[in-house]
Amino acid sequence: MKKQSLVLVVIAAIVVIAGIFFITNQNIQKDVSDDQKKIGFIYIGPPGDHGWTYMHDVGRQYLEKELGDSVSTTYIENVPENADAVRSIRKLAESGHDLIFTTSFNYMDQTLEVASEFPDVKFEHATGFKRADNVSTYSARFYEGRTVIGHIAGKMTETNTIGYIVSFPIPEVIRGINAFYLAASKVNPDVKLKIIWVYSWYDPGKEADAANTLINQGADIIVQHTDSYAPCQAAEKAGVLAFGQASNQEAFCPNAHMTAIEDIWGPYYAAKAQAVVDGTWSSEDTWHGFKDGMVEMSPYNEKLLSSDLIAEAKAIEEGIENGTIHSFEGPIYNQAGELVVKEGEVADDGMLASMMFYVQGIDGEVPQ
Amino acid sequence: MSIELIIGILNIVLISTTPLVFAGIGELVTEKSGILNLGLEGLMLVGAVTGFITLVLTGNYFYSLFLSITSGVILSGIFAFLVLNLMTNQIATGLALTIFGIGLSAMLGKKFAGTPIDGLNPYYFIVISFLLVFLVGYFLSKTKSGLIIRAVGENHNSAYALGYNVIKTRYLTIIFGGVMSSIAGYYISICYAPMWQEGMTAGRGWIALALVVFATWKPWRLLVGAYIFGGVAIMQMNLQAFGVELPGQFFNMMPYIATLIVLVFISSNKVRLKLSAPSCLNIPYEKNS
Repeated sequence: MKKQSLVLVVIAAIVVIAGIFFITNQNIQKDVSDDQKKIGFIYIGPPGDHGWTYMHDVGRQYLEKELGDSVSTTYIENVPENADAVRSIRKLAESGHDLIFTTSFNYMDQTLEVASEFPDVKFEHATGFKRADNVSTYSARFYEGRTVIGHIAGKMTETNTIGYIVSFPIPEVIRGINAFYLAASKVNPDVKLKIIWVYSWYDPGKEADAANTLINQGADIIVQHTDSYAPCQAAEKAGVLAFGQASNQEAFCPNAHMTAIEDIWGPYYAAKAQAVVDGTWSSEDTWHGFKDGMVEMSPYNEKLLSSDLIAEAKAIEEGIENGTIHSFEGPIYNQAGELVVKEGEVADDGMLASMMFYVQGIDGEVPQ
Repeated sequence: MSIELIIGILNIVLISTTPLVFAGIGELVTEKSGILNLGLEGLMLVGAVTGFITLVLTGNYFYSLFLSITSGVILSGIFAFLVLNLMTNQIATGLALTIFGIGLSAMLGKKFAGTPIDGLNPYYFIVISFLLVFLVGYFLSKTKSGLIIRAVGENHNSAYALGYNVIKTRYLTIIFGGVMSSIAGYYISICYAPMWQEGMTAGRGWIALALVVFATWKPWRLLVGAYIFGGVAIMQMNLQAFGVELPGQFFNMMPYIATLIVLVFISSNKVRLKLSAPSCLNIPYEKNS
């Protein structure tokens, strides 16, 4: 008897606690009036990562503020990039969402699968390339920002060794490495990249290990294409320089953070949501950069960079914006020495979207 | 390779391996008493987040470590109550503890994610981790209390017949394991990568669990195993940075593959199996039986 009553007490306690959590949970669905459009978001990480997912959530909040009562938004966080994603996306589609943003590359097939089941629901898949009548794709030209930081790194490095921490070998990441290297080697032909693949978007410990390993091997600038601010912190501690990733991370490494490439999703999200409200939404492919404000540079750190260098960086931003500068201007050779972009030409979007090779001058091979 | 480079690599290996040593040695003691606690990952995360929040609020490292340890005591105490008094299934309860810990830490830490803090020097913990392994090894093999723990883990009914308090012993070993896990978590969020972000232990609790099996429940082997796991991970990063191409995914699987090989090896021989694994591991104990 005693044991049974204990079990009952434990169960009752769990129910009460779960109830309190449920009621206080902010993601709880609000009652929505019929004319209000419901917008859903699928996040790969937590909005508190101060990187990729954080910036999508900033975009979602911007959308809510801009459109006010005509929309309501919901998000599901920490959705793994596997068959599980189908369940999460379907959950949003079934619960009456009109527009669903799936914000990571590997939700591609899952998004299309659910989209074919719900032809009336509109889908927006970030960084992908497969579309359907009710599936749009969108991405930002982050590589334009990599050109700016490549220029800065080429000028700032004293050891001519730059450490580059990367997640997975996908075109977006390879494109970033190439854009960075092309810009850095243009101003400093002696520059060498040391690349470490950590095979994770998000593992602060491992990212810190990678940064420390690179610093130990002589890198005096750390660049990252992973989501936490651990590399920047490690750089700060070791007294070397770094760039933030996805959002302004200066608060975490004020003496290392030179600038960061920021992802600005808000205006795009607001525009697409407005299109759904107005009934003008159509499937399309969007790939915006500096020009349309989808990519921005964080304020340049005046403690670390000379005013001349800041002016140069801003000139590059401007040049890319008005089209006089392109991140991939010919002549560009691949590692085998073959000419891939001719003199006077620039790489087209098709080549950029499927870029899986290193340009000449980068050591090592792209992992398969 | 210059001396500085080698010292630098050793330095990174020491820093990145220490959480595995803490969590692993705690779990080893728990398992020696016959209890399998799969909740390490959850315990580590809650330890990490409570330590972090306390540090942000009070700015005091001592308080933050103390509260982090307290969280380990409370959570592992709940686990002990469930598996010892209510005799719930250890595997299911441990998994529940991990899932609960992941969710609880995310909820507690939401407002604190991305608050900058000053990290603590990892070397205090590194030195303590080595001492700890030595002390646990001595304790388990040379002291009466240590032998009681092992007796309880080998055969709880005989231990009971000899007059030892099985439940009390297991409460203590589970709480010891919980405290070590929360220190591992504290180390991660305060020393290793000084920050709080959801799920930041990134599977290290599971590697620590594998490590205990890999070490065949021997403290000194656990230390060696932890440094093999940690060392291989850092070496492959170094080789990559030198321009050597390596299959990185393979190295991420390495701890688990190594553990599987050890498992196959020890279970191929009945005597060897008996000598290493505590016989009563994961077997529920009814006091009056």
